[in-house]
Amino acid sequence: MTVGQYLLSTYADPEGSATPESPPSPEQMQAMMSNLIQLEADMEASGSFVFGGHLHGQDAATVVGSHEGDVVMTDGPFVESKEHLAGFYIINADDLDSALAWAARVSECVGRRIEVWPFAGTGRVADQFPSD
Amino acid sequence: MAATEATVEATFREVYGRALGTLIRLTGDISTAEDAVQDAFEIAVVRWKSDGIPANPAGWVITTARNRAIDHKRRSARGRELERIAEREELKDEPMPTIDDGALEDDRLRLIFTCCHPALRREHQVALTLRLLGGLSVEEIAQAFLVSETAMARRIGRAKFKISAANIPYRVPTDADLPSRLAPVLTVLYLIYHAGNEVPNEGVSLRTEAIRLTRSLVALMPDEAEAAGLLALILLNESRVDARTSEGPVILLQDQDRSRWDRELIAEGHAIVRACIRRDQPGIYQLQAAIQAVHCNAPNMEATDWDQIVVLYDHLYSLSPSPVYLLNRSIALIEAEGPAAAIAQIDGIAQQLDGFYPLHLARATAYQRHGDDVEALVSFRRALELAPSPHDREYLQSQIDQLSAA
Repeated sequence: MTVGQYLLSTYADPEGSATPESPPSPEQMQAMMSNLIQLEADMEASGSFVFGGHLHGQDAATVVGSHEGDVVMTDGPFVESKEHLAGFYIINADDLDSALAWAARVSECVGRRIEVWPFAGTGRVADQFPSD
Repeated sequence: MAATEATVEATFREVYGRALGTLIRLTGDISTAEDAVQDAFEIAVVRWKSDGIPANPAGWVITTARNRAIDHKRRSARGRELERIAEREELKDEPMPTIDDGALEDDRLRLIFTCCHPALRREHQVALTLRLLGGLSVEEIAQAFLVSETAMARRIGRAKFKISAANIPYRVPTDADLPSRLAPVLTVLYLIYHAGNEVPNEGVSLRTEAIRLTRSLVALMPDEAEAAGLLALILLNESRVDARTSEGPVILLQDQDRSRWDRELIAEGHAIVRACIRRDQPGIYQLQAAIQAVHCNAPNMEATDWDQIVVLYDHLYSLSPSPVYLLNRSIALIEAEGPAAAIAQIDGIAQQLDGFYPLHLARATAYQRHGDDVEALVSFRRALELAPSPHDREYLQSQIDQLSAA
């Protein structure tokens, strides 16, 4: 069985419905953190955890484009949308069912819907497409 | 003994899904398995026509397809697609498989759960199940669902791509996952049967396929009461297909010649429903089957146990609160309590189901029975606007003509 890698990602909408009505209380934050720490320990123990992180909001993002030597930078994200990528995990999983099971646990912890994307390739391009 | 081309094709279709399931397990790839089984078919057309159908056609197809897959791998060992097979030692070294029916059926069961995986959208699940398990051609599936062959080929291709890219597993789900995974399988089989039922004459291969797949699901998962319920529901429906169908429009229950109902199918359906009642794990398919069983039990409309049918619809609605069940309940109410009770029920769901022509048909029927032809005519006309099938429109038009003339 070949192990595949999957991106588990979630979006935030600072003004809209993706955010809970009121900010979580310190107790709720505490509970979420300890659930996530437990989840990540389980991922680690099963060899599933590869990498994870949460991102700053749109105010911190910059888009860079390059065309025939001209570099163009724009303040803000690429997609004009209220939602933006808020955080993600990269995991190892035997198949989609295992990846979905992890995603369900993440969703339970953070109270958001999680997208599950299989990687078409990972690592350095030179390793993925040997030129010999 | 030589076989005709039609016999060869019929036999091949019969074993297609079982052979493909095993080949997918051996090669680990749907497209490679399909190519190998297709190659085996071309050999079978020549060989079986002169030598006759082999004693174990499924075993013959699997062995031949497996040898073709190995040959293919040797010839194009550089192909990226086939390198993956080469990695799978079991294909290279495994001795000629002994074909036992149990193992074949297990492969088939794994494949149906792959085809109906909840990560695939419903229309893709249906198309893939018919293609991979039913062995129907892309052209046949396209015709059944009224889309172009190109569109259907694209749909099946996208589903196969997702299975391979996302690595949707090829296995029977664990007990913990089974309830959530069995539900889409039952829905897909029901949709396939239903699509065949919409067009009684042209839909026979869809219905045959749905019955065959549901039968094997029940044989493989005898503990699943809802799978048995779905089989009973389909069989009891099927028992009336001939009586529903003639040259003209669909013949409604009240006008059917009940001597044309298939008694053998009814006996089988009734036996399953009785077993379900003893098991006492009711579900939506079992209850719908029980309702059909009451109809099939009755010699005519008047002698039908309508009170029992109303009670069964109440139970059904308590498990799954769909307004469509209330609509069907109201039709039984016309007989059980009279049209006034039915009209009250229909009015309660009229807004929710306004775009659903059976609502207007039921309303028209209830008002007609109530003696209010003006309201009946309004509803028949509205039903005619909404009815999708020419058979149904023909029936509605004849009702409108009769009422207008009166």
